[in-house]
Amino acid sequence: MAEAINNEAARHTSLEATSFYKAQCRVALRNCGVIDPESIDEYIAMDGYAALGKALTEMTPEQVIQEVIDSGLRGRGGGGFPTGKKWSFTAANKADQKYVVCNADEGDPGAFMDRSVLEGDPHCIIEAMELCGYATGATEGYVYVRAEYPIAVKRLTKAIEDAKAYGLLGKDIFGTGFNFDLHIRLGAGAFVCGEETALMTSIEGNRGEPRPRPPYPAVKGLFAKPTTENNVETFANVPQIILRGASFFNSMGTERSKGTKVFALGGKINNTGLVEVPMGTTLRQIVEDVGGGVPNGKKFKAAQTGGPSGGCIPASMIDIEIDYDNLVSQGAMMGSGGLIVMDEDTCMVDIAKFFLNFTVDESCGKCTPCRVGTRRLYEILEKITSGNGTLEDLDRMEELCKYIKDNSLCGLGQTAPNPVLSTYTRFKDEYIAHVVEKRCPAGVCKALMRITIDPDKCRGCTACARVCPVGAISGTVKQPHEIDQTKCIKCGACMEKCRFGAISKK
Amino acid sequence: MKSLAELAEIKARTIDSVIMPSGSGRMRVVVGMATCGIAAGASPVLDELVKDVKEAGISDRVMVSQTGCIGVCQYEPVVEVHEADKEKVTYVKMTAEKAREVFEKHIQGGEVIYDYTINAANA
Repeated sequence: MAEAINNEAARHTSLEATSFYKAQCRVALRNCGVIDPESIDEYIAMDGYAALGKALTEMTPEQVIQEVIDSGLRGRGGGGFPTGKKWSFTAANKADQKYVVCNADEGDPGAFMDRSVLEGDPHCIIEAMELCGYATGATEGYVYVRAEYPIAVKRLTKAIEDAKAYGLLGKDIFGTGFNFDLHIRLGAGAFVCGEETALMTSIEGNRGEPRPRPPYPAVKGLFAKPTTENNVETFANVPQIILRGASFFNSMGTERSKGTKVFALGGKINNTGLVEVPMGTTLRQIVEDVGGGVPNGKKFKAAQTGGPSGGCIPASMIDIEIDYDNLVSQGAMMGSGGLIVMDEDTCMVDIAKFFLNFTVDESCGKCTPCRVGTRRLYEILEKITSGNGTLEDLDRMEELCKYIKDNSLCGLGQTAPNPVLSTYTRFKDEYIAHVVEKRCPAGVCKALMRITIDPDKCRGCTACARVCPVGAISGTVKQPHEIDQTKCIKCGACMEKCRFGAISKK
Repeated sequence: MKSLAELAEIKARTIDSVIMPSGSGRMRVVVGMATCGIAAGASPVLDELVKDVKEAGISDRVMVSQTGCIGVCQYEPVVEVHEADKEKVTYVKMTAEKAREVFEKHIQGGEVIYDYTINAANA
């Protein structure tokens, strides 16, 4: 056997041998792609429910909380609040009923970490929620998952049934007298329901709108009872922490951000995918080693983290060690883990507009700063990208951003201006170019784009004139053609058609 | 479940089908069947492998199973072959036809089809 391995050594055959995988370290995703998610036996074979068994038979609830505090685990949904501390707040409140809620309302564009965990390892979420229930004194839990994730819902439903059949969920688990029941609630796809108070309001059967904090959920949460709410990925780390001890987890990561983080790597990158790396991995390692760099020899321009609540990290900061505090200090945030790579062809104003358009759509409408503010902000961006912006608009834009951040009721509004502020801080020259020179440096904003034909390269083949849908191109055969800028809709069809590279956009 | 012993018993009887014991000559073939894999066409691949193994009557030696997201979006559908004492083989961009080939040459014949592996695709 050993010889066979040696003979094969020259040519690796596994995913683990690729550069995509080498920098990775799988804790939350340890079972994803390994076990059959619909088999409770396979989960148990990989030490599943052993953490629950250990906690219920050997540890007090206080010890469970202390272990989570010592591990340094922080909320993976974006904010990065210490998980153990959150649990201790709920535990400290006396009540006849407490709840555990799992936030699986993953709504950031381009993010799919939570879906992958639920689809690949549903039992670990059940086990973690039971651990949280034991630690905080809750006996009932809810998983709030998007209805757009039918496979996740199906596998989680089966997992709950299987766990109940084995008596790993229900009454008197492991004969210790601990009871825990778990329900699934489907979200209807409203982004605001990922905000913890809106999520609880939605579970209660009401329209998903946030409510003011305080009172915090630990005091008055779901059905006005003390509630602990954590994100899917946060929970996915918990069984390993209890089973292998806090030191296993806090040996990974940076000073203040322990463990690993799952990222959904996308955008202008060679290896798109789901990656889990230790905290403190540099952006360069993620983009160049794991991601395999930017395709087509283009230059890396920035990485956007945190989706519509986050910001971007420019190429000059590529050696930043990614953890909660470093990202915040750079005006970005960890967010739930979407990591979108952008190359030189990306217009930063356009990106800000894209994310803002998303928040305008998803604002629930309850508070004015978010409902009206984001709309007005979007209009300013539209004015800039259409070439009608002024320098005063930029000042107004910045002022409005601050106003929305300071006055919105919930996290959705408070973070909505981040993509604008972050791109404005990092790429001010691009905003200025749009406003002063009426030019889009990346050549994305159509209103500012001019498509022209180079008369020296044009052979007068008429291909462009024939493909132009609005008849904007004129010229005679074998003579250089011309584009009528008043008619041109900048669709780029002529550029694709030209065989001589004579047509370019500026 | 009333005791940790029951849990240990389930683990003991299942572990060999997840992590192939050394010297057993057994194989575990998994197909990435998360949303991403299914969307890319993993279902026919899984069906093909299940059918092939069943028809050949070798299900005591070769286990075929679905699994969650393996993480390499652009290479879906992904099939991984775990064999005792050997490096795992990650086949990418699979189709039912390629799966059939993998079954015949690799699973039955013991010969890895290097051209279909992620390492060939990545090279």
